[in-house]
Amino acid sequence: MKRSTKINLLIVLAVVLLAALPVVLGMGDHKDEPFAGADTQAETAITENDPDYEPWFSPLYEPPSGEIESGLFALQAALGAGVVGYMFGVKRTRRRLAPEAADTPDEPVGAAAGAPAAGPGR
Amino acid sequence: MHIAEGYLPWEHAAAWGVASAPFVVHGARALTREVRDRPENTLLLGASGAFSFVLSALKIPSVTGSCSHPTGTGLGAILFRPPIMAVLGTITLLFQALLLAHGGLTTLGANAFSMAIVGPWAGYGAYRLARSLLDRRGGTMPLDVAVFLGAFVADLSTYCVTSVQLALAFPDPDSGFPGALAKFGGIFSLTQIPLAISEGLLTVLVVRLLRQSSRGDLIRLGVVTDARVAREEEKTK
Repeated sequence: MKRSTKINLLIVLAVVLLAALPVVLGMGDHKDEPFAGADTQAETAITENDPDYEPWFSPLYEPPSGEIESGLFALQAALGAGVVGYMFGVKRTRRRLAPEAADTPDEPVGAAAGAPAAGPGR
Repeated sequence: MHIAEGYLPWEHAAAWGVASAPFVVHGARALTREVRDRPENTLLLGASGAFSFVLSALKIPSVTGSCSHPTGTGLGAILFRPPIMAVLGTITLLFQALLLAHGGLTTLGANAFSMAIVGPWAGYGAYRLARSLLDRRGGTMPLDVAVFLGAFVADLSTYCVTSVQLALAFPDPDSGFPGALAKFGGIFSLTQIPLAISEGLLTVLVVRLLRQSSRGDLIRLGVVTDARVAREEEKTK
């Protein structure tokens, strides 16, 4: 495996560990509701600091259930990931189909070779 | 995690809206100019906005026992400079406010100020600073380090601003603004530290993949400025 690929995999592993460890180590156990959103906690804190405060506007549309809400969040992530993946697919293909010259790191050559390859992709 | 709908007094909400508006308008002009003058960057531009879309949809558990989400604005700030992220970040916030009841329309100005303005600028500043300090050494590691710092700072500073905004609006009855800042800082900023590290790592990953697949773009955008850095990369393969 190439060294750069190894580093990339280690980065992914580190991100997974950072997200999983708080749950595995039970860092939310001291809370009434473990791993609630920070924004919900902030709402509680606001009420503590100013018990009379009433939110003066409510969302125009609220997902009717937690399931629908998480579905919409998943949709948001999927849309974003789709575009990012498409971009990498296009770039990779262009680079593969481009003449060898595109690989030379020298600025003018790289830039010039990148430009004509941009044509057929659109 | 953004300030929820209706959870800022209207004077504060209006003031943050007024503060954010010029940045967003300026950013919209910068975005239009970028798309018109450099259409070859449009795909990468869209992907930078999409990256912010993905990351701000992911609610991740943190060491404080609560969840928050990254912002994803550091990547676009590094690649396309902060003004463009003022628009792309605000679009993400608007989507969440309208469809997900996350954040809000009345708090859009305040949330845009933290996530789409201060975050990208602070991250870009950290990135530039790190680059100017590390560039002399050459090689690929310094670029990764600078990108990590940029994304980390963009993420964390966003939530520090959120804490300040809430502390200004809701000072502690006894200890006033400092007490409230400590309280909201504990909720937002502490929670955010591991997430900011994750965002830094993911942004580094994207830039590393971009260096493999589209170095021409990075050279054009001035992220990989000299051929020396690119050549160093060849060696490490």
